[in-house]
Amino acid sequence: MSYIRSLVSAGVLGSLLAPAAVAAEEMMVDTTDRKKPLTLWGVQFEELEYRYSDDDEELGVWSGDFFYGTDEFKLRWLTKGEYSIEEKAYETLENQLVGQIPVSTFFDAKAGVRFDTPEGPNRTYGVLGVTGLAPQWFEIDANFYVSDEGDTSAELDAEYELLLTNYWILAAAFDATVAFSEDEEIGVGKGLVSTETGLRLSYDLVDRSLSPYVGVVHERKYGDTADLARAEGGSTEDWFAVVGARIAF
Amino acid sequence: MKTPMVAGLLGLLMPALGMAGEYNLTVDRVMIDTGDFVKEGIGYNGASPGPVLRFKEGETVTINVTNNLDEMTSIHWHGLILPFQQDGVPGISFPGIQPGETFTYEFPVQQAGTYWFHSHSGFQEPDGAYGAIVIEPEKREPFRYNREYVVQLTDKHPHSGDRIMRNLKMMPDYYNRQQQTVGEFFSDSSEHGFMDTLKDRMAWGDMRMMKADVEDVQGFTGLINGKGPEQNWTGIFEPGERIRLRFINSSAMTYFDIRIPGLEMTVVQADGNNVQPVTVDEFRIGVAETYDVIVRPRDEKAYTIFAESMGRSGYARATLAPEEGMEAEVPEMREASRLTMADMGGMHGMDHGDMDHGDMDMGEPDDMAGMDHSSMEGMDHSAMAMGDSSDPFYAAGSGLMPVAANGGKFLSYADLKAQDPLYELREPTREIELRLTGNMERYSWSINGVKYEDADPIRLKYGERVRFKFVNETMMTHPMHLHGMWSILDVGAGQWNPIKHTVSVQPGTTVYMETEVDEPGQWAFHCHLSYHAAAGMFRKVIVEGGPDSTKANQDIAANAGGDA
Repeated sequence: MSYIRSLVSAGVLGSLLAPAAVAAEEMMVDTTDRKKPLTLWGVQFEELEYRYSDDDEELGVWSGDFFYGTDEFKLRWLTKGEYSIEEKAYETLENQLVGQIPVSTFFDAKAGVRFDTPEGPNRTYGVLGVTGLAPQWFEIDANFYVSDEGDTSAELDAEYELLLTNYWILAAAFDATVAFSEDEEIGVGKGLVSTETGLRLSYDLVDRSLSPYVGVVHERKYGDTADLARAEGGSTEDWFAVVGARIAF
Repeated sequence: MKTPMVAGLLGLLMPALGMAGEYNLTVDRVMIDTGDFVKEGIGYNGASPGPVLRFKEGETVTINVTNNLDEMTSIHWHGLILPFQQDGVPGISFPGIQPGETFTYEFPVQQAGTYWFHSHSGFQEPDGAYGAIVIEPEKREPFRYNREYVVQLTDKHPHSGDRIMRNLKMMPDYYNRQQQTVGEFFSDSSEHGFMDTLKDRMAWGDMRMMKADVEDVQGFTGLINGKGPEQNWTGIFEPGERIRLRFINSSAMTYFDIRIPGLEMTVVQADGNNVQPVTVDEFRIGVAETYDVIVRPRDEKAYTIFAESMGRSGYARATLAPEEGMEAEVPEMREASRLTMADMGGMHGMDHGDMDHGDMDMGEPDDMAGMDHSSMEGMDHSAMAMGDSSDPFYAAGSGLMPVAANGGKFLSYADLKAQDPLYELREPTREIELRLTGNMERYSWSINGVKYEDADPIRLKYGERVRFKFVNETMMTHPMHLHGMWSILDVGAGQWNPIKHTVSVQPGTTVYMETEVDEPGQWAFHCHLSYHAAAGMFRKVIVEGGPDSTKANQDIAANAGGDA
């Protein structure tokens, strides 16, 4: 009986002490991670490939990005380049550091800087762009650049993935650059500068983290840019066979 | 019925009855072997799933939880009515359990039936931190059985919860391997005609929505009581026995359609509360729901418990057999489900552009019916269920509309009627609209367009009866779970509306539930899909006012006797 009594008295004591406890706990503020924005990171390489051109040029090419941030704000480092295996030199080498915020259901705006440090003259650009998913599943990335030389240009990148099966994917990519002024030193003429069109057939080998592919890429320079390339003894149109892998983790 | 007098008397008698169960749980790193893969995870007392906790209605339980992890943990007693400090949600009920710490839960058990428990910290639950609770009733139950088994389902994934969340945020279709392909375009073209198929694809492409977006996280192995399909958990029976199967869906993300070919199932309980028995051939169990069914195998042979996921991307399988080692045929999974425009009916704020809705109809005349919300509101769910094979809790023409594999009876929410109403019927004091919202491309999920991180709490007043109106504006199904207080699901049965703890809201539908606000404190209220809750489809509910704290405690003691 005394055990039961002590239980009862403990209960009474408990209920006397509880008011303070309840009041205090009602004020409990959720400071757990759940109440904080999800902060995430990711790494993606849309292209990581070896290219072999129709005039026997060999290139190592990549286009990838790293991000860190939340739904509301992400920092993104985009990197792409073309490395000539014979000449042991970067034909192009471009790095961007941008901040990215959502502006509509399917699109983000981004702003930041771009550093071009290939073989030859360097350039630094201010970047303004939008990236997102357009109707009919076109992934769009559009950017406007102002260089430290005062030249302006714009670039549009669009990609579409055709699902042959849920593992075999045919990806079509189209990239076009337009310059609003000439920058002869880096071989850019006014007007449509260049296009790159690629078709890659990939297979999702490990989830979506490793997807080897083969494909073809067509690069072409136009107008004044093509003239500048010819004057340098370079080509204005190339076809490449490519083999590589898409990577995401 | 709530009878405070009797409850009070029982409460006084409580200490004399002297029932007190003490339980010990350790939270451990464990290895989980699904038969398909072995993965490190989290379990209780050295295993995942944890033990079945068997409580008695009327006793006060003491549960010592020792955290052997190197991170914080918590245990939430899913569906149990208890003082909010015992509810186990870090940041809302208590601070959580530190590594190395032993936290003692103590609460009166005021109900009976099948429930479960799980971690409410991070992604520990998808990583394996869950177990079953069976509460033996004080009174005789209105059904009989010779033996019983817990049948606890989960969707064990080879990836950790953290990784799944990150992958989904990076690529929302990361795990979706049921997407429409070129091949499906051609097969649809031959069935519906090229132009109609093209228009259909264009309509979905215009919305940037996928018909195949039924299951976000595919690639799991369905487990029953911790066993994969090959490992085949087996429950033994003697022919002629009535077997009570306590189905619990402890999945992170997956709804299961459950059937036992060759056996009818009589549903006697939903979410721990007795319902008027309804005999079905198949039922769909939402994430976090429980259903108790009684089956009576008369033949000396094995029966397969087959649970295929709603989107048909995976299944769980177990066996009922007179002897260990016997097996029955395992059915093939049915074809993957596809959403229809009806499931998109709830989408607002979408840029539909100049899309011609009339043209999108793929020969399913009911497709657009779900677009009209006003027509949903006055709908009498029970009336619609009569003599109609379609389930009123799905948008008319929904691609998720359940159909029994044998063409027989598929359980609907509309079939659920309380056996013994817990509360007297009364007018709700007010209505709160909760729009279930999200953005699949960003994998962000919210309520009324606001994620938990930016949201104010929902404030309820003690003593009121609130009518919640869920409007699902997304294309996904959301199992909404209010902690601490019952969810009286409006199936149009008035006083006999079933009492649940988790209410599934299908895409393009509006569902009502009412809650008697009879527990003080603060509570979690969220979508029980792990990655939806973590992405923001979550709220804190604060119950204001009511009895002063002293009385609240007395009530808690008093309720210990008899509520259910």
